[in-house]
Amino acid sequence: MSQPALLTGLVLVPLLAALAAVAAPAGARRPIAVAASIAWPWLLIPLGGGVVRGDELSLAFGGWAPPLGIGWRLDALGLVLMSVHAVVGIAALPSAWQRFAPGAPDAVAFWPLWLILTAGINLALLAADLFNLYVALELTTLAAVALIASEDSIAALTAAMRYLLLAVAGSLMYVLGVGLVYAETGSLAMGTAVASGTAAFGNTALALMLTGLMVKAAIFPLHVWLPGAYRNAPGPVAAVLSAVVGKVALVAMWRVWFEAAVDPPAALATLLGGIGAVAIGYGALMAYVEPRLQAVIAWSSVSQFGFLLLLLPLAGTMAFQGAGFHLLTHGLAKAAMFLAAANIVVVLGSDTVRHLPGLDKRMPIEAFTLALAGVTLIGLPPSGGFTGKWMLLNAAWDQQGWFWLILIALSGLVSAAYVFRILALTCFHPARRAVHALHARPPMATSLAALLLALAAVMIGLYPHPVLDLLGQGVPGGGAGASP
Amino acid sequence: MSAAILVFAAAAIFGIGAYGLLISRHVMRKLLALNLMLSAVFLLLIVVPAPIGGQPDPVPQALVLTGIVIAVSTTAFALALMVRLFGKQGHASIPSDLDPRVWRGRWRNSRDGPDPERNGAGAASGDKP
Repeated sequence: MSQPALLTGLVLVPLLAALAAVAAPAGARRPIAVAASIAWPWLLIPLGGGVVRGDELSLAFGGWAPPLGIGWRLDALGLVLMSVHAVVGIAALPSAWQRFAPGAPDAVAFWPLWLILTAGINLALLAADLFNLYVALELTTLAAVALIASEDSIAALTAAMRYLLLAVAGSLMYVLGVGLVYAETGSLAMGTAVASGTAAFGNTALALMLTGLMVKAAIFPLHVWLPGAYRNAPGPVAAVLSAVVGKVALVAMWRVWFEAAVDPPAALATLLGGIGAVAIGYGALMAYVEPRLQAVIAWSSVSQFGFLLLLLPLAGTMAFQGAGFHLLTHGLAKAAMFLAAANIVVVLGSDTVRHLPGLDKRMPIEAFTLALAGVTLIGLPPSGGFTGKWMLLNAAWDQQGWFWLILIALSGLVSAAYVFRILALTCFHPARRAVHALHARPPMATSLAALLLALAAVMIGLYPHPVLDLLGQGVPGGGAGASP
Repeated sequence: MSAAILVFAAAAIFGIGAYGLLISRHVMRKLLALNLMLSAVFLLLIVVPAPIGGQPDPVPQALVLTGIVIAVSTTAFALALMVRLFGKQGHASIPSDLDPRVWRGRWRNSRDGPDPERNGAGAASGDKP
C-alpha cells in the first residue's frame, strides 16, 4: 500500500472503529475498541521507516489543495509523539479493560470516546494547516472532556466542565489568530510566513494563537483546569491525557512558533521561556504540598511542561532534540505514574500520601513503578529524563544562556523534592496511619503495563540515539526561529 | 467605514462575552457568554479579510461555517454535561478558581481529613468491581 493510504489509516482506523463500536451492541464495544487500539500503531512501522529515510509524507485529501482542502503530513516530531501515543494507549488498555467492563456504568460511552480521542490526537499531529489543527484540537478536547466526565462524580464533572469552558475560550482565541493570519497572507498552510513586526496583524495573530494553545496545553498561568481534570479522570484516561493530549497542544505551539511565524521577537521568546521557568518552580511547589498522590502527579505535569517552553528561547537543533526527547520520556513516565496511582486507589481505597505507608510491601510493583518514573522526572542518569535535560543544558551552554543553564540544573532538585516526599511517606514511614482495608487486586497485567512504561522511560536513556537522530533531521523551520 | 463599525462592534461583543465568562457562576450563563465571544470572532473573521476583486473571499466563509458547526456541537455537549452536573449536585454552578473557600479547603486538606474536591470518590472507587 502506498504511504499516503497508510497515512489515512492513522485516523480512519480508530474513527471507523468508533462508528462501528457505536453501532455494535454494548457487549461488543470493548473488543472492537481494543482491537482498533492495538491495530493502528502497526501503521507507524512502515510510516516511521519513511520518515527516517526522509520521505515527504504528505497528503491532500481528495486532491483538494489547502486552504479549502485538508492537508496532512507526518514529520519527525509528529512521529515521536504518535509513538508515545501508541505505546501509552496500549499500556492503558488492561486498566481500561478492567475498569470499563460491559455492565459497568459508563462503559457504554467510554469505548467509542476512547477511539475518537485516538483519532483526534492523530489528526492533530498530522494537520498541515492552521485551521485543520483547530478542528483536530477541538475534537480531541471534546473527547477528552467526555472521558473525564465518565468518572461520574461531582468533582470529575466540575473539572470536566471547567476544562471544557477554558479550552473553548482558548480555541476561540486561536481561531481568531488564524483568521488574522489568513487576512494577512491569504494562506493557512503551516509553512506560510506570518511576518511579525512589519505586518499589520503579525504580532497580534501570533499572541492570540500562542495564548489559545497555552490554555489547551495547560501552561502556567493558564493551567488552572489541569490538576482537577487529571486527578479526577479515570486512571487510563489520565494516563493518555497527561502523556499525549496536553503535549499535542504544545507541539502545535512549537509548530506555530517555528513554522508559521517568521522571526518572532526575541523578547517574546525570552518571556515564554521565563513563563516556563516559573511553571517549573510553581508546579513543583504545588506538587510538594499536595496531600493526594494523583494531585501530586498532576501538578508535576505543570512543572514538567515548563521545560518544553524552554525550547523557544534556546531554539536550535540540540534544544529541539532535548525538548523532543523530554516530551517522549515525560509522556511514558507520567502515564506509568497515573496507571500505578489508579491501581493504588482501587486496592487501598485512598490516594492520600500519608495514608499509604508500607506501600513497598503491600503493592511492591506500584511502588517500584512510582520510584522508577520518579527517577526519570528528576532526570537522574542514565534515565531518559536525564538525556532530554542534558541536551537542553548543552544547548544553553552553547548559547551562553546562563539563566537557562542554572534553571535546568536546579530544576532536578525541585523535582526530587516532590518525588522523594512521596517515596519517603509511602515506603519509609511507620505504618501508624495505614489504611487497612484491602480491596480486590486488579489483574497483574494492569500493574505490569505501568511498570513496563516506567522501565521504557528509563531504558530509552541508554539507547537515545535513534530518537535523537530522528528528531535531529526534523528540526522545524530548519532550526531557524528566534535566535538570542 | 462600515467595516470599521463592525470591527468595533465585534470587539465590544467579545469584551461583554469575556466579562460574562469570567464573572458568572452558573454554567448556562458562562455558555451564553462563550457563544457571544464566538459570534464576535466569526464576525471579525468575515469582516477583516480583504475582498478579492470586489467579490468576498470564500475561504473565511468556509472557515466560519466550519467554526459554527463546531460551536454548535460544543455547546450541545456542554449543555448535556451541565444537565448531568445539575442532576448530581442539584445546581449547575461551578466554583470560581479564586474562591477563597476552595483554597482554604485545599490547605486544610494538606494536613488531613476528607477532600471536598473529590467528594469521597476515593472511598467510592474502592467499591468498584
